Amino acid sequence: MSGPTELPPAIDVSNLRKVYGSGHTEIVAIRDATLQINRGEVVGLFGPSGSGKSTLLTAMALINPPTSGHIVIGGQPVMDGPRAMVDARSFRRQNIGFVFQKPNLIPFLTALENVQVALEINDTPAKKARERALELLEYLSVHPRADNLPVALSGGEQQRVAVARALANNPSLILADEPTASLDGALGRQVMELFTKVAHERHAGVLVVTHDARTLDVFDRILDVEDGRIQIRANHKTQ
Amino acid sequence: MNLAIRDIRHNAGRFVFTTVGIGMLLMLVMGMGGIYRGLIFEATLLVDRVGADLWVVQGSTRGPFAEISRLPANLEDRVRAVPGVAQARRFVSHTIQREHLGRPLRMVVQGLAWPDDRGEWVPLLAGRPLRQAHYEMIADQSLRLPLGEKIKLGKDVYEVVGLTRGLVGTSGDGLTFFTASDALAIQFDVPGEAMRLERAARRARVEAMDLGRLQPLLLDRAAGLSSGIPALAAPQVSAILVTLQPGANEAAVRDILRTWPDITVYSTQEQKDLLLAGMVDKARRQLGLFRGLLIMISTIIIALIIYTLTLDKIRDIALLKLIGARNTVIGGLILQQALFMGVFGFGLAWWMGLYLFPHFPRLVLIANADLISLGLIVIVISTLASFLGIWKALTIEPNTVLAV
Repeated sequence: MSGPTELPPAIDVSNLRKVYGSGHTEIVAIRDATLQINRGEVVGLFGPSGSGKSTLLTAMALINPPTSGHIVIGGQPVMDGPRAMVDARSFRRQNIGFVFQKPNLIPFLTALENVQVALEINDTPAKKARERALELLEYLSVHPRADNLPVALSGGEQQRVAVARALANNPSLILADEPTASLDGALGRQVMELFTKVAHERHAGVLVVTHDARTLDVFDRILDVEDGRIQIRANHKTQ
Repeated sequence: MNLAIRDIRHNAGRFVFTTVGIGMLLMLVMGMGGIYRGLIFEATLLVDRVGADLWVVQGSTRGPFAEISRLPANLEDRVRAVPGVAQARRFVSHTIQREHLGRPLRMVVQGLAWPDDRGEWVPLLAGRPLRQAHYEMIADQSLRLPLGEKIKLGKDVYEVVGLTRGLVGTSGDGLTFFTASDALAIQFDVPGEAMRLERAARRARVEAMDLGRLQPLLLDRAAGLSSGIPALAAPQVSAILVTLQPGANEAAVRDILRTWPDITVYSTQEQKDLLLAGMVDKARRQLGLFRGLLIMISTIIIALIIYTLTLDKIRDIALLKLIGARNTVIGGLILQQALFMGVFGFGLAWWMGLYLFPHFPRLVLIANADLISLGLIVIVISTLASFLGIWKALTIEPNTVLAV
């Protein structure tokens, strides 16, 4: 098996710029952002509200085209300015996993089915999808609750299922938007450690947008966003 | 994995209640069609069963069902003399409403040409055909007259000797069968006082004429029974039913009868056409309009319910789009739910109709062809109804799911 260093970066963003409105109403949400996340790396994206974190995340998720700049995911150019170079939905399905502040599990599906659905919409046969979903739930230690509906799961269990769903199609990139915001400290830490485990063992690049300063040590790198600009924070593990 | 079924399972209560509502609406649509079929069946039932080849009625009328027809009873003798005619029998038909055991009793009185026609052709549920020239009757069970029941009509009492089922007139009133003379007696029954007054008036008219003064016996005759005055016509019948000889040329018989200026002749099919065109056509159009409206209402209700269900899971749909679900997956989820709702509603309508329609006061006849066409209509309206929800789902932005 190839090691993470031999693989292309999970995502490579260069000179990304996003402008809303025009003329007097023009707002620059992202200013020439450049960043790279390697496979197996967990990167934290910090910044105050309105700094451009979510805009950057949605641009990287191919749901909010940038005004200019380039995005390459897993070695494949996907955005050239506002122009998509791939079918965005199909590309997301195969290459990007998402985890949100709320688990956003589909309430009418069991934990197992919530993971299985991500596989089936990527054309994995039902039986194989079920086996793979169960395997992921086991990996994240939530398999005893596989047949429970989300409403019967605790917040931490729901977030683990959400992580399992994000991992379902072996994405090269996982984008997490404040995944610990609705969890208490211990659970939040568990989820963040889960990202580290996933990144290291499954060779995915993980970008976590967060305000949570209690888990700084789990990140390999930290990026700060302020007024649409990205800066690398030095020596965060010693803070 | 079928997302539509899982969502329905999760919202089973709402789905069931909505489907029951849709089912009841569709049952009304189905029932309206059934009522129309029933109208046609009932309207043509007697014409079909009575077994006449030709119907001779009053000239220039469309009787005896679509309008009143009056013919002298002895016309049957003239008709019998026409070459090719095997049998001619008088037929009396009129509707009466009387009170029986404290409730109104409406019935269509049919007079049979005793002794040729004793009602053997009437399908009996219980009892027997007529055996006497007077005071016996066969009644449809919708009139709720049990076998052996005695009922006073006019001055005479009639006993129910036979019961039929499903034999009703064009207005849905149960049929009763009497001998033609009894039917006429019931139709032309006049109270005693009225009869006395009529006789006195006749005597006064004769007295005022020179004939009355010259022939005093005429005064006594004028004050007596109507049947004792040859100048007064016998009571009239509604139609003469003609049965042709085997192999007889119907057109030739009709050509002869057509030369008689006092009558009009209809074939059985023409008699049915008269009934359907005159009496049932407006009901058909009325019911058709109601059916159309109910189908439109059903479509709108299904569309609104599906739209509401779609709004309820709009974040789930946005999530599915975010994680890459194709439009066919999302559209299929909504379309399948609309179809499930329509198809289950249709099934429920059919099932409820099985138990409810037999208790309706008039016959509700559900034909297989109508069921199939309504089933297809339900599929079409369910598909149309899902479009609003699908449109909403396909226009939702995937990043909606990122909003807290």
